[in-house]
Amino acid sequence: MKKEASQTEIEEVTLSHNQSEPKSTVRISGSEAIVRCLIEEGVDILYGYPGGAIMPVYDELYKFRDKIHHVMTRHEQGATHAAQGFARISGRVGVAIATSGPGATNLITGIADAQIDSTPMVCITGQVASHLLGSDAFQETDIVGISTPVTKWNHQVTKAADIPKVLAKAFYIAKSGRPGPVLIDITKDAQFEEFDFSYEKCTGVRSYIPVPKSDDKAIADAAELINGAKKPFIVWGQGVILGKAEDELKAVIEKAGIPAAWTILGASAIPTAHPLNVGMVGMHGNYGPNVLTNECDVLIAIGMRFDDRVTGNLNSYAKQAKVIHFEIDPAEVDKNVKADVAVLGNAKESLAKLLPLLAKNEHSDWHQRFKDYYTLECEKVINADLHPTKEGLTMGEVLKEINRCSNGDAAIVSDVGQHQMIACRYAEFTTTKSNITSGGLGTMGFALPAAIGAKMAAPEREVVAIIGDGGYQMTIQELGTIFQQKTAVKIVVLNNDFLGMVRQWQQLFFERRYASTEMTNPDFVTIAKGYSIQAKKVTKREELREAVEEMMASKEAYFLEVRVEKEDNVFPMIPTGASVSDMRLE
Amino acid sequence: MEEERLYTVSVYTENNIGLLNRISAIFQRRHINIESINSSVSEIPHVSRFTIVVKMTETQMKKIIGQITKQIEVIRAFYHTDDEIIYQESCIFKIKSDLLFEDRQIQNIVKESNCRIVTVNREFFVVEKSGRKEEIDQLFEDFNAYGIMQFVRSGRIAVTKEKLKVSQMLNAFNQ
Repeated sequence: MKKEASQTEIEEVTLSHNQSEPKSTVRISGSEAIVRCLIEEGVDILYGYPGGAIMPVYDELYKFRDKIHHVMTRHEQGATHAAQGFARISGRVGVAIATSGPGATNLITGIADAQIDSTPMVCITGQVASHLLGSDAFQETDIVGISTPVTKWNHQVTKAADIPKVLAKAFYIAKSGRPGPVLIDITKDAQFEEFDFSYEKCTGVRSYIPVPKSDDKAIADAAELINGAKKPFIVWGQGVILGKAEDELKAVIEKAGIPAAWTILGASAIPTAHPLNVGMVGMHGNYGPNVLTNECDVLIAIGMRFDDRVTGNLNSYAKQAKVIHFEIDPAEVDKNVKADVAVLGNAKESLAKLLPLLAKNEHSDWHQRFKDYYTLECEKVINADLHPTKEGLTMGEVLKEINRCSNGDAAIVSDVGQHQMIACRYAEFTTTKSNITSGGLGTMGFALPAAIGAKMAAPEREVVAIIGDGGYQMTIQELGTIFQQKTAVKIVVLNNDFLGMVRQWQQLFFERRYASTEMTNPDFVTIAKGYSIQAKKVTKREELREAVEEMMASKEAYFLEVRVEKEDNVFPMIPTGASVSDMRLE
Repeated sequence: MEEERLYTVSVYTENNIGLLNRISAIFQRRHINIESINSSVSEIPHVSRFTIVVKMTETQMKKIIGQITKQIEVIRAFYHTDDEIIYQESCIFKIKSDLLFEDRQIQNIVKESNCRIVTVNREFFVVEKSGRKEEIDQLFEDFNAYGIMQFVRSGRIAVTKEKLKVSQMLNAFNQ
């Protein structure tokens, strides 16, 4: 992957265009235009799967293979998750490409995931020729209709001449404001048609306000509430990461001495070890930040959307507190929790304006409350997770070993379920954009392909995928991609032969009726070896440390299966519909 | 419990294929029945105007307006109660011509309701009426006593009493 070389070439292409006014045009096909547009947008890696209606574009990708690296995943869903992993670790737009019909419909899960987790992604699908539209032609599907509810924007192109401006708009919309997925469907005749190509980046769409104007009065009101608070509490979300507001957030919490917790997608924006970082909120978050949500006097939500997994029962969520909501998307304000002060705009700008208005403060008694609850959580849950004395291995101790080997520098890509909650609770982060997981949609099968995308976007980073035995088998075929691309991802499967989270709910709420959650699993080590991936299985505690060290030291892809206790539960837990105050420690 | 009311939603959009789907999906996912929907050109060139009538609480209405507005090609969305707008619906009745000549009462209904006879032939006649929902409901009831061959009514269309600053937003973008 000659990354550096290709980037330089892209800059040259862009420069030559900027210098030539009025823009010179060249007569090319729609499919060549698509590839040139991608290069103009700085795309050097994209993920996809070929097929009939997208073949002209693949032919151009072949010709431009020194400038743009196409990664063929083993399923289109994998292409979207890889593009998501790429976007989440780098902040750049991820690109996925597929053919019409089943190729396009296979993208939908990843698109829905990117929509609910605000991930910038552009998907390009081939479509049957325009004269066949609506005729139930071979591999025709109304992908624009199907993807409408799960895309930030989508559009069908039937004329080659529309390709440059539609793709420019697609990239602009995907990455601006609150990011999200965009799908562009391009008919095969438009791919073949020749036209006079020139490219201009999109700088605005008249009906779209990506970042609402921030209101100085609202910021002043927020500062006044915070300065008067005795028990202020910050909950930040991914808006801090997407808005590149990590430094501003850190400055705010340090100056005003405010304990700050994070949602699952906000993880890693502030290092785990920061003294004012009090942990995760939500269903399986930390005990203190959840329970104390109902004791704080001012709740400051920054770039988060009060998801039901965060709030529990809304009728008993932070009712005693004044709520300040820093938010880029006006539709999120008052959607779930009514804000007393809503500060619209980009978190970076808003927090920078807030900072000078804040009084220096410590709130040490209030902060102590979080520490006390943490001590309680250690006694009841964390010690047993991280330093178990029972025979069976815990998921927590695997995370502890990974932390030890990585010094918190690894990007953790987790799938969905018990292992995800354990990974997010115990992974230690020093670097932002390091927690890559499917938060809003909860897509099992996300982690393996997302780890591929993350590793390719940041080859210098250690990327560790933490996956359950269930989710692993949903996209296990992407081992083929890892094999072919020589992607040096570390894959850890925490195997309990169960769909663990569902089993936990069956145990707690369905009287242990384990309906379709126990799995007869294959020999995962043999499967990994079939793809020539180094692989090891650990069943005993005394083997764990050495195995993790060996994995982390490997320069190539490495698969590690850890047999963990079959029926461990993740605690603490807020049962569905319960209040954050009623979080259970056991 | 907050009271449900009838709201008239006016949405100014770019004239693009697929927007109707995008907007109606916002109501559909919350399981809200649309009472009526109308799409037409607006006073601004190349800008469409949707008029949607729905029944819900104001809290719910505000959330939905937010979700409509955030669609990329939606320029602005507003909601209004009936007293804030001037609104009309129209309807067409097809009725047997015999009735018009044989029953004097039908002629009275036509006169009193201010509806307009569009066409008359030997077999049937067609009347059209624009007005408020209640007027059209009443007319339907009156004609129905004699028999209606066909009936159709349009969705509500409405203009607001207050100014809608849509052009200003578009002009601001152009500057």
